[in-house]
Amino acid sequence: MFLKEYISDVYNGVTSLLKGMRKTGYYFLHPKEIITEQYPDNRATLVLAERFKGEVVMPHDQNNEHACTGCTACELACPNGTIKVVTKFDVTPEGKKKKAIDALVYHLELCTMCNLCVVACPSDAIKMVPTFEHSVFDRSKLTKILNKPASKIREGIE
Amino acid sequence: MYNQTEIIKDTTDLGPEGELVINMGPQHPATHGVLHLVVTLNGETIKKIEPHLGYIHRSIEKMCESLTYRQFIYVTSRMDYLSSHINNLGCALLIEKGMQIEVPERAKYIRVILSELTRIASHELWLGAMAMDLGAFTPFFYTFREREMITEIMEETCGARLTMNYIVPGGVMYDIHPNFQKKVKAFIKQFKEKVTEFEDLVTNNVIFQSRTKGIGILSAEDAISFGCTGPVARASGVRCDIRKLYPYDVYDKVEFDEVIETAGDSFARYIVRVKEMNQSIRIIEQLIDSIPEGDFVGKTKNVLKLPKGEFYTRVETARGEFGVFIVSEGGTNPYRIKFRSPGFSNLSALNHMAAGSKIGDLMATMGTLDLVIPDIDR
Ligand code: SF4
Ligand code: SF4
Repeated sequence: MFLKEYISDVYNGVTSLLKGMRKTGYYFLHPKEIITEQYPDNRATLVLAERFKGEVVMPHDQNNEHACTGCTACELACPNGTIKVVTKFDVTPEGKKKKAIDALVYHLELCTMCNLCVVACPSDAIKMVPTFEHSVFDRSKLTKILNKPASKIREGIE
Repeated sequence: MYNQTEIIKDTTDLGPEGELVINMGPQHPATHGVLHLVVTLNGETIKKIEPHLGYIHRSIEKMCESLTYRQFIYVTSRMDYLSSHINNLGCALLIEKGMQIEVPERAKYIRVILSELTRIASHELWLGAMAMDLGAFTPFFYTFREREMITEIMEETCGARLTMNYIVPGGVMYDIHPNFQKKVKAFIKQFKEKVTEFEDLVTNNVIFQSRTKGIGILSAEDAISFGCTGPVARASGVRCDIRKLYPYDVYDKVEFDEVIETAGDSFARYIVRVKEMNQSIRIIEQLIDSIPEGDFVGKTKNVLKLPKGEFYTRVETARGEFGVFIVSEGGTNPYRIKFRSPGFSNLSALNHMAAGSKIGDLMATMGTLDLVIPDIDR
């Protein structure tokens, strides 16, 4: 009885192992089906999903104009104080004072990529881009000013 | 309250001679996170296990009190990061219930499909990691291959692979990607083809079976009294699937079985999770072709204010019942918020399950509890 059980145990053990080994061997002989990416070497061909949330940027058009009105909705929506909107007053040609941004300070090191600021912005002035290699040697490099120097608000955006 | 000397006394002053106290973790490869178990041994037999928590306590509940109802949802992704989508869903459901926000059908369908994908991804990762704890390294790669397809779907639609923050009160943040349905169907096809691989490699493996069968038994009464939920309780024969008992979103419209096993041992917990993956596939198959057209987010006010009172909702994450309790004073922030996380209650049963067994079996018992430490230590 004992011997019979012992032999059937050994038999079951060996067959179940061989079954598993067959699967392993199959992939060993079919390297095409392996999906590992050779990351740092394939940078040139790397495709990231266009929605991937990597960093907040402010798109500018060819005239160096953006769509930000300085309304601070993004600053209020951000859960961890990543965005700070510094506003100033421009004088329009008619002599009226108009609120505009001086700087939109973005602390990349604090950002959790939650996308709440982008959703909150009423004029679609900021968006997420799929850049992800953010390592730098000095933390201060991660504090960015999103509006480009000497940029202006686009005509017709209130 | 513990003070430092008490902790030291606690672990060194145990019992008569012949007992051995081993600190497993906080940097142990099999605890998958910073869980610290103080194991008291008599020879090789476990006498007592005492989990020490707090290594990654981030005070999430307190943090949520200073965030608005829109903002606090993203923090819950950082608790059970493998079911982050379902955690977010629980919070959004609570706000919708409290403020009576109408959610469009389309959003409900998307939410449920993504929840089930999250559940499959979580179980896949668990399967690979647990098999690795028991010494089988190969399944880890195979399960990650399938999981990678899900994370790619998530990346394309939600914009992130792990902490999606895709759910907002009233619906979802943006519409699904045009490729979404195609990719999900491709995933279902691949999953169905490859699921037999796990059976060949793990389920039918004699070594695996003899390491898990009869190990870490939890009876139905104990499962209830320790507050275990999810696959852990269902493997002991307790009906506790929130999706069945208190259906939310469109779970009342789909057909699926609540997977129940009665053995209560580690192998039963394994089987429950594998079968649950198939049920999730079944749910997705029913919904994926019939996502209704329409809005993906309902009309909400700009500033959300929960009415004064107390609110509670629960959802079924991959690990069990996740509950959100909010006391509101009527302002824009919660006055007090409490999360009921499944991992914490499941961990509390560990001492009961493992006491009296050999230390080598602890890996199987703990592995099949599917602990995610940030979920326990909020
Ligand atoms: S993505 Fe989130 S954390 Fe980052 S700046 Fe926007 S709101 Fe703040
Ligand atoms: S980025 Fe958008 S939300 Fe932020 S200040 Fe500018 S316009 Fe307002």
